[in-house]
Amino acid sequence: MYQYVAKRVLLVIPTLIGAAALVFILMRLIPGDICVVRLGSGGGSFDPRAVTQCHQDLGLDRPLIVQFLDFLWGIFTFNYGISMWSGKPVSMEILTRLPISLEIALLATAIAILIAVPLGTISALKQNTWLDVVVRTLAIGGIATPSFWLGIISILFVLDLTNAITGTPWMPPIDYVPIWQDPIRNLSMAFLPAITVGYRYAAVSMRMTRSAMLEVLREDYIRTARAKGLIEKLVINRHALKNALLPVVTVIGIEFAFLIGGLVVTEQVFNLNGIGRLFVQAVQNQDYTLTQALVMLTVVIFVFSNLIVHLCYAWLDPRIRFA
Amino acid sequence: MRSVLFAAWLGAVMVAGQATAANTGEATPQRGGTLTYMIPADAPPSLDLHREATFALVHAIAPFYSVLMRVDPENPSDTTQFVCDLCTLIPKPTDDGKTYTFKIRTDVKFHDGSSLTAADVAASWHEIIFPRQGVLSARANWYSVVDSVDAPDATTVVFKLKFATTSFLPSLADPYATIYPKAILDKDPHWFEQHVMGSGPFKFVAYDIGQDIKGERNPDYYHKGKPYLDGFVGIFAAKQVVRVEAIHSGRAAMEFRGLPPSAINDLKRELGDKVKVQTSDWNCGSLITPNERRKPFDDVRVRKALLLAVDQWNGAPALSKIANIHTVGGIVFPGSPLAATKEELQKMAGFWPDIERSRAEARRLLKEAGQENLHLELLNRNVDQPYKYVGTWMVDQWSKIGVTATQKVEPTGPWFQSMRSGDFDVVVEANCNSVVNPVLDTQKYLPHDVFVENYGGYSDPEEVDIYNKMLRETDFAKQRALMRQYETRIIDIEAREFPMIWWYRQIPERSYVHGWKIGPSHYINQDLSNIWLDQSPNG
Repeated sequence: MYQYVAKRVLLVIPTLIGAAALVFILMRLIPGDICVVRLGSGGGSFDPRAVTQCHQDLGLDRPLIVQFLDFLWGIFTFNYGISMWSGKPVSMEILTRLPISLEIALLATAIAILIAVPLGTISALKQNTWLDVVVRTLAIGGIATPSFWLGIISILFVLDLTNAITGTPWMPPIDYVPIWQDPIRNLSMAFLPAITVGYRYAAVSMRMTRSAMLEVLREDYIRTARAKGLIEKLVINRHALKNALLPVVTVIGIEFAFLIGGLVVTEQVFNLNGIGRLFVQAVQNQDYTLTQALVMLTVVIFVFSNLIVHLCYAWLDPRIRFA
Repeated sequence: MRSVLFAAWLGAVMVAGQATAANTGEATPQRGGTLTYMIPADAPPSLDLHREATFALVHAIAPFYSVLMRVDPENPSDTTQFVCDLCTLIPKPTDDGKTYTFKIRTDVKFHDGSSLTAADVAASWHEIIFPRQGVLSARANWYSVVDSVDAPDATTVVFKLKFATTSFLPSLADPYATIYPKAILDKDPHWFEQHVMGSGPFKFVAYDIGQDIKGERNPDYYHKGKPYLDGFVGIFAAKQVVRVEAIHSGRAAMEFRGLPPSAINDLKRELGDKVKVQTSDWNCGSLITPNERRKPFDDVRVRKALLLAVDQWNGAPALSKIANIHTVGGIVFPGSPLAATKEELQKMAGFWPDIERSRAEARRLLKEAGQENLHLELLNRNVDQPYKYVGTWMVDQWSKIGVTATQKVEPTGPWFQSMRSGDFDVVVEANCNSVVNPVLDTQKYLPHDVFVENYGGYSDPEEVDIYNKMLRETDFAKQRALMRQYETRIIDIEAREFPMIWWYRQIPERSYVHGWKIGPSHYINQDLSNIWLDQSPNG
């Protein structure tokens, strides 16, 4: 077990170097110049000497190989440098945004699990009944609905609803307050985006739960359990659901990792100052150092999510052993 | 004689500038309250106004700073009216218009309690105009006319120019030209990139990167009685729907850049008399630039045909219903005395009142140039308002003379790169400026070898010659005549650039907000010192 974990952690190193090289090259293939974007995006005129000075300030006048080695050295010394856009340490830029993204991701995951597992199971158990049709319709709706649309509609819905009830439209707060400072304000800001994201997330997991359950319910050991007179509740909970959860856990793990940096649209729509929005800004502004660090962060999150998912397999299915 | 006329004209401008604002019909200002407003952008780069160029930074930190002089906050729409902020009187130039001596107020303190003197003003301007090695100043080239800036004593700042020009005084009202403490500048000119230390109406409280910025009232502000607000919160939100719904729900009171007509109409419909809208022509003009390094755009007949195809007079009222554009104009902001009148405009290609005649001439020119079936690619910026609206309209207008245009939309970075590398046929761009200063604002039309942010790929010594004469001309009538000559050469004779319909600002504010006056630029009048909130139950 420990050997397995150590091996997986060591595998992170070549993965990181590969990702680093890829993002370094790709960022520089995008046409444009951060200094020109910074000085000229307002449409006004600017001093051309300022562009040259800006290149010097940001170290963009150095040879590419020097910039790459500098970047690699930064990864292994946990020094991700300074954001080319804001001039603030990249770690500070990320840590400022991480709590809100993490909070939404955790809330959305909790919502998704609470919806997906029971409904997916019921849907499988009541296959081809009206209940199954309703659950499947809900799931397809969740997958087919774009997040940006759902986000905007949910804001408008809340505005109209509160206006109709109280006579004053209400929308969630648009500035973040940590949960330990003001839990009510924090949660009233987070609940709508969490539901919006959680619904789509639940839809994917629900379908996975249903299909996995249907497959497991046809297994010989389920028939055996029923044949030896085990009560249906135990058959479902102990034998069927636990085994059916393997692919569901995989989906939940990958989706969670995706949510940390992937709430791009939701964060824009709800004005959440999170990692996804930062990602978009970094790419738009051609902020190489910040984009590179964010990609690295995403790679690390994915690698460790996968690791946790694999470790969960052993707990869910005792037949799985890590050599 | 010339200098006498110049002094007389300038004197008239300054008298107007010092005059008390007209009665606006507003109630007596009330003290107190916190203004929450939306900043329609993501986080600005650094916090140093001298080095940055985004309006987002002005909207966020202008309230913390003072400037030497500014557009009159009580009447920002007047393009010739300037008032003092730190100075005591806008001076008349001496030395044949080449020396400006400002007296500085003696009652100004920075937020750390230290006194602001002429040395701070001179040091800040020195850093803007003559940045030392390793310091970035975004607009140093605006002040290439300045020979020196000095503070001979604690209350005097002297600007000496290389030659007299009317463009100098308005350029001093630049909202980015904030005054920093000399002591900090001397120690570390990069300090202001991450910190705030000004003498403006509000003191810095907090900045959550990318989220919001907060300020509190400066009780020692030198314009006595101001500011009226206890504080402010500026929330960054690039997404329009968030800003509109924030104003709708009361989470924010206003934004200062400008919303498109559809959003304004939504707010009016939803809020009724709980929202007011101020409107103004905007010192931002849409601009179509053909690339003369590419054939057939090196042929003036082709360029002129493209210009003649566009029906601006009928396009403007139609497009103003869906896009933030409104007024037909030439290269000068339509509200300026230096702008062309309608009669003058209608004499130039692209502005003829008879569009059928104009398009017939366009077809004739294309035929003559052997380009009857011209295909072109129109490069555009991936920004809705108004770039994509203007681009789509251009494609339609050109189709009326048989030209097939396809629109290629690129994000800001690649769009700039394509323009700078000359990788385009025709491009939609904009000429967007802060204080209306036509002589400087129209530098954009100078060839690339003189003004590097011109992407037309042409060289025109005659045009440069006219511009240089205009820059040095201090007699208003003669300068205006030169401006017409310059404009006619750019548009009517050479068709090098096609100024299209000028942008239009529409600012929504909740009805309890008072005191702020709209101006022709989203960069100006942003220190919030005039704003007050009606806190009565019906406010």
